[in-house]
Amino acid sequence: MRVMSQMAMVMNLDKCIGCHTCSVTCKQVWTNRSGAEHVWFNNVETRPGQGYPRTYEDQDKWKGGWTLTKRGRIKLKAGGRLKNLMTIFAAPNLPGIKDYYEPWTYDYDNLTTAPAQKHMPVARPKSLLTGQDTKITWSSNWDDDLAGSTQNTHNDPILKQVGDKIKFEYEQTFMFYLPRICEHCLNPSCVASCPTGAIYKREEDGIVLVDQDRCRGWRQCVGGCPYKKMYFNHKTGKVEKCTFCYPRIEIGQPTICSETCVGRLRYLGLMLYDADKVLEAASTTDEHGLYEAQRNVFLDPRDPEVIREARLAGIPDDWVEAAQRSPIWALINEYKVALPLHPEYRTMPMVWYIPPLSPVVDAVGETGEDPERKDNLFAAIDKLRIPIEYLAGLFTAGDTVPVDRVLHKLAAMRSYMRDINMGWEPDESIAESVGMTGQQIRDMYRLLAIAKYEERYVIPAAHYEDAHKLENIATDCSLNVEGGPGMGGMGGMDDSFGSDPGGQGPDVPGRPERVRINLLNWNGQGTPTGLFPGTPPAPGGTS
Amino acid sequence: MGNGWAVFLWLIFPYICLTVFVLGHIWRYRYDKFGWTSRSSQMYESSILRWANPMFHFGILAVFLGHVMGLGIPKSWTDALGISDGVYHFMAISVGAIAGVFTIVGFVGLLYRRRFTKAVMGATTVMDKIMYLMLGIVILGGLVNTASGVAGEYNYREGVSIWFRSIFYFNPQPELMVGAPLSFQFHAIAAIALFALWPFTRLVHVFTAPVGYIFRPYIVYRSRDAHEGSRAHRRGWDKVDTIPRRPK
Repeated sequence: MRVMSQMAMVMNLDKCIGCHTCSVTCKQVWTNRSGAEHVWFNNVETRPGQGYPRTYEDQDKWKGGWTLTKRGRIKLKAGGRLKNLMTIFAAPNLPGIKDYYEPWTYDYDNLTTAPAQKHMPVARPKSLLTGQDTKITWSSNWDDDLAGSTQNTHNDPILKQVGDKIKFEYEQTFMFYLPRICEHCLNPSCVASCPTGAIYKREEDGIVLVDQDRCRGWRQCVGGCPYKKMYFNHKTGKVEKCTFCYPRIEIGQPTICSETCVGRLRYLGLMLYDADKVLEAASTTDEHGLYEAQRNVFLDPRDPEVIREARLAGIPDDWVEAAQRSPIWALINEYKVALPLHPEYRTMPMVWYIPPLSPVVDAVGETGEDPERKDNLFAAIDKLRIPIEYLAGLFTAGDTVPVDRVLHKLAAMRSYMRDINMGWEPDESIAESVGMTGQQIRDMYRLLAIAKYEERYVIPAAHYEDAHKLENIATDCSLNVEGGPGMGGMGGMDDSFGSDPGGQGPDVPGRPERVRINLLNWNGQGTPTGLFPGTPPAPGGTS
Repeated sequence: MGNGWAVFLWLIFPYICLTVFVLGHIWRYRYDKFGWTSRSSQMYESSILRWANPMFHFGILAVFLGHVMGLGIPKSWTDALGISDGVYHFMAISVGAIAGVFTIVGFVGLLYRRRFTKAVMGATTVMDKIMYLMLGIVILGGLVNTASGVAGEYNYREGVSIWFRSIFYFNPQPELMVGAPLSFQFHAIAAIALFALWPFTRLVHVFTAPVGYIFRPYIVYRSRDAHEGSRAHRRGWDKVDTIPRRPK
């Protein structure tokens, strides 16, 4: 047994409202730069849909992840080491910029500089690659909320597996959102594809990172990752990826996507696993067995032998303790409601998902029946094969049994808790029907529905009391400062309110007066006037 | 050509350029690891690159091996192996011509896409343009020499090659180049200039060719402690110590 620890995430898809706040905050923090326009460490896909980049799940086309050889060993689907090196001059499975989208901006300048004319001047879209007029035909969320689904959605690779049973007629449509980040896999094919060895998995927390000083831009990892979460920065010539916000995680703060998640649907915690068993689990012959195989790689953090081995492996006691309190462990191995995304890629992903019950609840609700009644929900789960097969195509390599089981549990929780919330006697038979006790259901409800901050994020690095304060910033009204309007009146704010945002407020030290620096427009070269205190501002500021 | 010129061109200039080559790479590796990349533009344009780039690279690799043979291995060695001049030259010229044609066709393809794909052109730096120009001159010069080898008036293994090796023995013999045909002189000077340019262009990626991939385990693990950026720790800059580091 070789115990290793892994930071992992679970997302509760029922709570995702598709607001893209995670994507936006992630982009603001990490990829708000030239060359990284198409880089979305976090993106939210409407499913059914093609995903981002388009049809990335079609591994016959993109050749990502691992595949089994005839002798039952795994090898990179794109080919072995020699082939990897021989194809280095023209990476064979690299998505082009058009598979993402051509980044663009608008000719805003024209709005203010156009001469007087009969018609309103317009800001035309300009390609950020060529600087010329462009036509916007695709982007990271072009098919949001099934937009254009009659034209696009039939290209969804998972939908093709399910067959052409789904008609895109309004009344028969189901839809949910799938937020995606890097999976920080236990058996990462990007790491294995990198010729240089610049991509590595951190021993301490399993976060997969790209050493920007060692990456040489050979691009093989982009094709190697089946989730297409390796992004080639076309300006730096290097690959970038989701960092699991490691600087935040290291000080016990949740990732920025989790922190800002409006639905509070993300869970973060440690998982202990046996590194010696990973390869064997990834080589499981039956694709349907991969979900169970991966669960068996995880180690019970309460098992005394595991605790002893963890100590021997140099894992600190507070980390083991955090692993015991980990919501990820609870959701994956106790309640067994979380499932991996595409286990059939054999990368052993570590961002798992609780599949959405909402398509089922919606379907029952539309019939006019009670969508909180166990029998109605169970019957609907049994009947709604298409959404369930679709979910199975995402989370269990097509095996509907685990998906059924999870949805039954979620439905049972819904019915059971409805009785309690209505002040009725809870019906223990509901809990029993899914093999749980009433107390377990209540515990699961607390974790999934109440979802307290301290229970969602168990990040072993101390200081999460600070993180809680940070959430207060996000959830509290920003005007509720001492003497602010939220506290009765405009006291203290009338000077700066509505004035130039770059202007010197009472609390902004050192910024030259009336200099406004828009870092969004800064190309990263040179030093804009007034960026640092002390430089005399030139008239007109930057750019 | 006066003697002073000969000494400058075939002695001083090569040593200057080689010094720039070596020190330049050390400097670049120490201070610009982040910029050390092939700067691929495949994302912008793939259909020409798909054939042109492997053609160019495999061609130039073969050309490189040919130069190792021709410049690096003394004639006496191949004579000792019983390879006659005629056989040697036939091999060198035929293989060299094939490799050269591959290289130049691939090069023209790459040049075409760089010039006429707007996104690729937009991502081209001044240094890239200078590099392309020099590389083109060197390759063309090499092809001319290979072609002139068919006529077979000049045996470079008795002139250019010995001069080339003499530089590395630190016993330079510039007079050997004075007698070489103009096209050989031109090719050599252009190549030497290209070497001086090398560390400051994207050509540096050659020296990080990932041959180690064949031998390493697939999954790379690394501890937080192992690497913390490329720069050495400096006085006055405290590390951001977040969580206590684990004793090893």
